[in-house]
Amino acid sequence: MPDFRIAQAQFQPDPGSPDGQTLIEAPAAEISEIRRFLLSRGSSAMADRGFSWLMLLCALSIFVLVALIALELWRGSQLTLHKFGLAFFYQAFTDPYTHLTMYWDPVNELFSARPFVYGTLVSSFLALLMAVPLAVGLAIFLTEMCPRVLRSPLAFLTELLAAIPSVIYGLWAVFVLVPLLREHVNPLLVKFLGWTTLFNDNNPTGLGYFAAGVILAIMILPIISSLTREVMTAVPHSQREAVLALGATRWEMIRMGVLRNARIGIVGAIILGLGRALGETMAVAMVIGATPEINRSLLANGSSMATVIANEYAEAVSNMHLSALTEIGLALFIVTVIVNALAQVLIWAVTRGTPAQTR
Amino acid sequence: MRTEKFKLRTQVRTLTDRLVTALAILATLTVIAPLVAIFVYLLYKGASSLNFAFFTQIPKPVGEKGGGMANAILGSGILLGVASGIGVPIGIGAGIFLAEFGRGSKLAMGVRFTADVLNGVPSIVMGLTAYALLIAHKIPFLPFTGHFSAFSGGVALAIMMVPTVCRTTEEMLLMVPHAIREAALGLGVPTWRSVLSITVKTASPGIITGCMLAFARVAGETAPLLFTALGNQFWSSSLNETIAALPLQIYVYALSPYDDWHRLAWAGSLVLIVLIVLAVSLVRWVTSRGVLKGAI
Repeated sequence: MPDFRIAQAQFQPDPGSPDGQTLIEAPAAEISEIRRFLLSRGSSAMADRGFSWLMLLCALSIFVLVALIALELWRGSQLTLHKFGLAFFYQAFTDPYTHLTMYWDPVNELFSARPFVYGTLVSSFLALLMAVPLAVGLAIFLTEMCPRVLRSPLAFLTELLAAIPSVIYGLWAVFVLVPLLREHVNPLLVKFLGWTTLFNDNNPTGLGYFAAGVILAIMILPIISSLTREVMTAVPHSQREAVLALGATRWEMIRMGVLRNARIGIVGAIILGLGRALGETMAVAMVIGATPEINRSLLANGSSMATVIANEYAEAVSNMHLSALTEIGLALFIVTVIVNALAQVLIWAVTRGTPAQTR
Repeated sequence: MRTEKFKLRTQVRTLTDRLVTALAILATLTVIAPLVAIFVYLLYKGASSLNFAFFTQIPKPVGEKGGGMANAILGSGILLGVASGIGVPIGIGAGIFLAEFGRGSKLAMGVRFTADVLNGVPSIVMGLTAYALLIAHKIPFLPFTGHFSAFSGGVALAIMMVPTVCRTTEEMLLMVPHAIREAALGLGVPTWRSVLSITVKTASPGIITGCMLAFARVAGETAPLLFTALGNQFWSSSLNETIAALPLQIYVYALSPYDDWHRLAWAGSLVLIVLIVLAVSLVRWVTSRGVLKGAI
């Protein structure tokens, strides 16, 4: 066995070179024991090529997945695309008997995505309004102010917040958050902000756009703050030192040295959070109230694009109904792809060029 | 006069600095508060509802006390098995391509970008796709298609796993020092062998925990299962039938009017969250030491 090893080290054909070929063509009588052993192991050129093709195939499958999603949703929404066209997203119908405006009537096959688009936009906007200042504040605290001992556990805690499943947020919201809002927060909002007509106390359940906005804010906070932290750590230390050397206070250093350099990336982080909020399904489905209506009051029941799919798809009454829901899904897909792509580009613009580092 | 103004200005600046510090600390506390609230509530409600029956019995009919979620745990296991079986190899392969073969190429950048974008696509869209692909029509020669089935739920989850596994694998492989690869290639080891036995093996703790992270994320997904796996109140282990899943069961029970079902929902959530916390901590532990330090 030892001589074999030495021989192997000396005669190992260079992978990919035509050596292996010439050896095979040599007359059989001249092949020594060692050579035969080596030949029996074969040339690795084929194996190498095959392996790299296989890995390429795996990588390309990601493109295939995205194309497949787009194609299937497109095919599934043909019925409503043909019947309503783009009006699907803004039209409204009038009930022939009550003369009230309505948007969603599966029985008579009248579909309009308007209340769902509205609900998605309103709840996501509310979520951003609450989450962005908190997330940026948290990121500033963690990168610039926090004592070293606290940094790691706090970062870990926010990471956990990102890993909690949507349905558990929903469960918690139904049993803890919504009663809290109903008993304590909503009355205050009506009392102090009632004049804006955005808060109206005729919904006794505590569900609605506002509750959805609050739970969404909690859910997108960790994403925004961890990405903000990432772009802030990507700002070179020399920037901070330069501003400090001019006699700036810590806040001035953060404002001029860090935030100004990282602002594009922070916008990217916020947009990514928006993307998550737009597509969030379960937690919102559990607290938004599931009513296909448009209400001015933020405390009223509503519905959103993702939640209407979740609530109705398995029990859809007709092909038209399925098609309408699939078209909402298609719109959601296109919007989230655009939003995510934009966010990736912005974040990449800031973190590009910085080496991988401990965050 | 000048110095007076200067002093005032300095005071304002110091005050602003203090104020911002206070605001940042306040923001941090506000963020930590719901997290602590969720965990405390989960532990309190979940632990008091968790018992042996939860892991061994199937749900009792409405009105009867007791029962558990054993079928949902089994169902989640089967769904995750299918999802990992499809998603993990593809994800790891794509990650290997990004880190080893396509480094710096336009194609790799495109793949990376698409993976990140796919990561942000709402999970409910994956459910719609799996429905349109596998459930809406019977595909000839492919079993499990044409009706609601555990298999279609697994596929929907698999689509979600691919980008996560791909990106973590890539990040982990990038942490492996070049010298190790060069040493392997210098000894005449073929490329495929050097990738599998040297690079991937060095990064394997990271890759495995990365897969666990994707696994844990997907374990809590409800939306893609709503109209693929559909849920089931009874024992079911067939890929061809509808199957129960822990998050689905939690969703249904949370919105039910029965206290006993709420109790089960809390217990189920506690089980899920323990799984997820374990996965996340493991990733953190692995990436805090050795070669993989600093990955992710």
